[in-house]
Amino acid sequence: MRILKIWWPLLSSSLAIVLEIWLPNSPKHPPVAEPYFLYLLILASVLFLGCAVGCCLRAGFRAIIDDKAYFYAAALAALNALNLVTNKFSLLPAIFFPTPDRILNVLVTDFPYLFADCLGSSAKLLFTGFFSGAVAGLITGIAVGFSKKISYWVNPLIRIIGPIPPTAWIPIVLVAFPTTFGGGAFLIALSVWFPTTVMTSSGIANVQNAFFEVSSTLGAGHYYQIFHVGIPAAMPFIFIGLFTGTCSSFITLMTAEMLGVKNGLGWYINWQREMLSYANVYAGLIIIAVSFYIFITMFFKLRDHILVWQKGVIKW
Amino acid sequence: MVAVFKNLFNLSLADDNDEKKGKLSGSISVDRVVKSFIQNDGGRVVALSGVSLEVGGGEFVSLIGPSGCGKSTLLRLIAGLNRADSGSLYLDGEKITQPEYQRGLVFQNPLLFPWLNIHSNVAFGLRARKIYRENKNEVEKFLKLVGLEKFGRAYPHQLSGGMAQRASLARALINRPRVLLLDEPLGALDAFTRMNMQDEILRIWRERKITMIMVTHDVDEAIYLSDRVVVMSPGPAKIDTVLDVPFSRPRARSNPDFLLLRSSILKILNYGGQIVEPTYQI
Ligand SMILES: Nc1ncnc2c1ncn2[C@@H]1O[C@H](COP(=O)(O)OP(=O)(O)O)[C@@H](O)[C@H]1O
Ligand SMILES: [Mg+2]
Repeated sequence: MRILKIWWPLLSSSLAIVLEIWLPNSPKHPPVAEPYFLYLLILASVLFLGCAVGCCLRAGFRAIIDDKAYFYAAALAALNALNLVTNKFSLLPAIFFPTPDRILNVLVTDFPYLFADCLGSSAKLLFTGFFSGAVAGLITGIAVGFSKKISYWVNPLIRIIGPIPPTAWIPIVLVAFPTTFGGGAFLIALSVWFPTTVMTSSGIANVQNAFFEVSSTLGAGHYYQIFHVGIPAAMPFIFIGLFTGTCSSFITLMTAEMLGVKNGLGWYINWQREMLSYANVYAGLIIIAVSFYIFITMFFKLRDHILVWQKGVIKW
Repeated sequence: MVAVFKNLFNLSLADDNDEKKGKLSGSISVDRVVKSFIQNDGGRVVALSGVSLEVGGGEFVSLIGPSGCGKSTLLRLIAGLNRADSGSLYLDGEKITQPEYQRGLVFQNPLLFPWLNIHSNVAFGLRARKIYRENKNEVEKFLKLVGLEKFGRAYPHQLSGGMAQRASLARALINRPRVLLLDEPLGALDAFTRMNMQDEILRIWRERKITMIMVTHDVDEAIYLSDRVVVMSPGPAKIDTVLDVPFSRPRARSNPDFLLLRSSILKILNYGGQIVEPTYQI
């Protein structure tokens, strides 16, 4: 059974190849320049053949694919099914549901433009907004968390401005700012700032007072306590705030690009939709999914690195 | 202005403490201290009603008494974590106004910083006082002192209760405080670990000649460790009796004199159960 398991992805991709070659394409879909879908399937087959053979030869190899084998097989089967439904039998409206082949063709031919122009512009906007929002949120949160006076004056402001969805500011901000880039970055910063501020200050408020007491009997002054007791102790909360901010910054980024910023992936998708080039819309979505996935993965890597002390996994 | 200057002068004196330790011996003096708390329901609780106590430098004193009689409050006042309503407290004649490293504190809960490994926890005081660079080796030394030299890289959640409490002890000791305040430090440990820790504390106390004031619930522990046992009583919270423990160390817990002192302390504490007086023939 376990020996069979590692062959499933290969079986699935081979089946897809057979069907792709054997069945005729539906005439409702325009023909494509290169059969990239077939290339993709062949690439997958070679890869999984290598994995399966490797597993038979070396025991250590197995761990790489073993527990994901069924998932890969199912994913390939889903692609296969999508290909049948669109390309082969054309069961869905051809204009809204292009073939995988077409989407891959767009990805390949439009890649320089999608990657360098759209993704680059989106990334620049996102990072500018995200980091200024995160830094501002940390500073506000720490100030509110440690100073009663600042909390007294700033807290009402946070409570009133914070819950307004940043995208609701778009009509004002995109007009008020000299450049749409500045306005977009401001909105993204705003959407990161609010959750970061709230979680940072409440994280600090939740730190056991005993930690401050102990540190003061160990000779720590007020500022030392802020940076070496309050902030580290509040780190798990701060990361929750940053994560919420990350998700909300993605929404703001897309909306800002669709509604005003004449650049980036959000704008590209909207523009292609207006032109009814749905293959390009899907290509844009794939780029978004992959890059946000990478962003979030890096974020969690960073969190795990900083919060090693929190994991109760390693026991002595 | 003069007062500020004097304070600065005193502080700098205290800082290069090691040579001058002979003079700044770590004597604590508590002078008619009153402390009350406002409860959540608005009522007032008198936690200490005019307590006076003199503890000599290098002495080991235990505070014992029913819970709620103000033992922790007294310790917190000495540590400088709370202010007295009236009366004053002194360390080597210097008025106590705020916490400082000269008066180390160890709680029942080890309260290690969970985000720092054991090495960094122990080094915390040195870093906070900005003397870590020139005293790096101290950390290893104090880890060794409490038998945790192999666990420097471990995080607090990876340690057992006894190990965590020893780390907490090392963290307080690395500052070389003149006084170490211990609030039921061994209360959460099992009997066996507790006896080992008692010997460890005793050894450190002898080696370092630190004044130690320890709150405990355990009469045996108080007699085993201390030069004097201070029995406190509630309502009004005050010191009831101070007893000398004249036995030489190491002390045998089954020694008849030990047991006699034990039963007299239990009597003062108004222990409800039957006290079996030790009877012995010569
Ligand atoms: N922070 C506080 N707020 C209100 N009441 C307190 C506080 N600390 C101690 N008390 C009260 O003071 C009394 C003495 O407490 P404590 O010193 O902790 O007793 P012990 O350590 O001897 O058990 C208790 O009645 C307790 O409820
Ligand atoms: Mg207590």
